[in-house]
Amino acid sequence: MAVQRRKRYAEVLESKCVACGSCAGVCPRTAISVPKGVTAKVDKDLCVGCGLCEKICPACVIEMITEASQQEEN
Amino acid sequence: MKKRHKKWYEYLWIASALYLVLGFVNILFAWLGMLCFLIPLLISITKGNKAYCNRYCGRGQLFHLLGGKFKLSRNKPLPKFIRSKWFRYGFLIFFLTMFANMVFYTYLVFSEVSGLKQVVTLLWTFKMPWTWAYHGTIAAPWVAQFAFGFYSLMLTSTLLGLVTMLLFKPRSWCVYCPMGTMTQMICKIKE
Repeated sequence: MAVQRRKRYAEVLESKCVACGSCAGVCPRTAISVPKGVTAKVDKDLCVGCGLCEKICPACVIEMITEASQQEEN
Repeated sequence: MKKRHKKWYEYLWIASALYLVLGFVNILFAWLGMLCFLIPLLISITKGNKAYCNRYCGRGQLFHLLGGKFKLSRNKPLPKFIRSKWFRYGFLIFFLTMFANMVFYTYLVFSEVSGLKQVVTLLWTFKMPWTWAYHGTIAAPWVAQFAFGFYSLMLTSTLLGLVTMLLFKPRSWCVYCPMGTMTQMICKIKE
């Protein structure tokens, strides 16, 4: 049986990110980091889509994306 | 839920708050602020990242604490023009020009062309007498002059950061912080 699942995650508008790291500081899953000091990067697999980073981001460059995906289940 | 142990650097906001207080006691402490200029530059040049902004910036932590935990921030988005690249780079150029101007005045005091001015200039405009914080015994006049100038810069930027923290999101200062813009530029070049 195919089950509809939704995945919610954060996405960074990289060209406008100021790399301050506020998002990384509040992420409960350490799913977001600023590895090279240019922009924040999100690990989609770790992100649970809680939206804390979006709320804290002073540059308003984080958006929450909801993606529908099909998953097979018995 | 298990309580997370805080790391030592999560308390650096205390150092930032203390720095502002020390400027009222003895202006020579203002020299310590050079650490906030040199460390981020050194980290970005050697490591190629913004670990200073991300972890060690006491000012950022202070704004996060006041705006977040103490709920002093309205948590509204910054106006678009402040978030624009024009504003960020423009503010960096303005800030560096004012810094150079301050260094030049220090040179004038050093070469005895001008005398020491015991004032702290807020927002590059308002001169406030600051005579109680200079005792004139240990350091040469130019050392004190640099301290007055540098403290003016630090107090002004903290004031700007506090206002934007209250009106917009807690760490709004980080968007147009000249050090943040500069270190990001270095990281972009290094990438």
